Amino acid sequence: MDQNGAMPLYRDEAVVLRTQKLGEADRIVTFLTRERGRVRAVAKGVRKTSSRLGGRVEPFMQVDVQFYEGRSLDVVNQVETIGAYGLGIASDYGRYTAGTAMLETTERLTETEGEPSLQLYLLLVGALRALSAGEHAPALILDAFLLRSLAVAGWAPSFTDCARCGEPGPHRSFTIASGGSVCPPCRPAVATAPHPATLALLAALLSGDWDVADSSEERHRREASGITAAYLQWHLERQVRSLRLVER
Amino acid sequence: MYEGVVQDLIDELGRLPGVGPKSAQRIAFHLLQSDPVDVRRLVSALTEVTEKVRFCSVCGNVSADDLCRICRDERRDVSVLCVVEEPKDVVAIEKTREFRGRYHVLGGAISPIEGVGPDDLRIKELLTRLADGAIGEIILATDPNLEGEATATYLARLLKPLGLRVTRLASGLPVGGDLEYADELTLGRAFEGRRLLDV
Ligand SMILES: [Zn+2]
Ligand SMILES: [Zn+2]
Repeated sequence: MDQNGAMPLYRDEAVVLRTQKLGEADRIVTFLTRERGRVRAVAKGVRKTSSRLGGRVEPFMQVDVQFYEGRSLDVVNQVETIGAYGLGIASDYGRYTAGTAMLETTERLTETEGEPSLQLYLLLVGALRALSAGEHAPALILDAFLLRSLAVAGWAPSFTDCARCGEPGPHRSFTIASGGSVCPPCRPAVATAPHPATLALLAALLSGDWDVADSSEERHRREASGITAAYLQWHLERQVRSLRLVER
Repeated sequence: MYEGVVQDLIDELGRLPGVGPKSAQRIAFHLLQSDPVDVRRLVSALTEVTEKVRFCSVCGNVSADDLCRICRDERRDVSVLCVVEEPKDVVAIEKTREFRGRYHVLGGAISPIEGVGPDDLRIKELLTRLADGAIGEIILATDPNLEGEATATYLARLLKPLGLRVTRLASGLPVGGDLEYADELTLGRAFEGRRLLDV
């Protein structure tokens, strides 16, 4: 704030990724904004039960938010709800753990603050909406989100054609280090052979073919989740802690 | 940076919740300029708290003895248990004088993003307390925020099959507030927690 009290304001759409307590009644809120990527800002007084902002700057909420620029952290000035996904997610434990893993992964994929990532923002909003409405099994929504967000980050896995030479598949062998399915000539010394139905499920999750995904069998879902988690950890430097607590 | 012990003090103060580097520095210099008698009183309070205060072996509340004052009190209703996140929530509820049952302190809320799962809370201890069948109702009084809500969801799913009456504090709409100003989380919960009116 300058001496005349003029504060630079800006406004954006955002999803709340994380909140941390600050002092007596404030929170530091991490947002993924539509235009400016990840933003950390102080929300003042939101832990008081009388706060009108409180329930709007909770994880999973999609909001229209006005910030003013602060010296170290920006400050949340006004918030209006766009998508109130919080209660729909928190009222089901499977949805909550899947949703939290999405938020943490989003944070990991946006390490540089202020770097726009519109595609990731849109993916996240779509996934939270589906999760809150119970459109598909929470673990399927999570895995679809993880695979697509990795693709957006430039690490698109291949579950059909050979990830190395492009030879049309499906192929039997699979290695995370090579980026997915591999044809016999490209196959490295160590490779796994997931069930063909698991690879078909993974391809369906990546492309958004929900008819295939929704009708998949539990054992293939489990194998697909394991591969997705391993693929995610391979590309992210730090562990996604909440993945361990996801109910499958 | 300051010399040795002064910087050590600033670093230690800076680790306290809600104390930033600036505040830590301010508190450190306040202490340096204070009457040594006052500072010694603070030191002895800190020492006593670390040496004497423990956690109640039954409910997890802070206590000077193995059993806390509330768990020892025979007049409290043993059939109703109120589950809270922190010892300070017990203090807040006690102040209302509305509740005459006993408590169970979880030690936090389920927060996967902070690495806190159900196994990190005193949930196993809660189930142990239910074993003798004396408790008939559980009031889930976790915080009215998202983590508190998710923790209540988890506990309700765990406890309902045991044939207990599980209730959640009907939280809500701030007294004196206008409906239009309520946020969606609060308003949504107020609807869920609505009670039947006798006419
Ligand atoms: Zn190949
Ligand atoms: Zn006790």
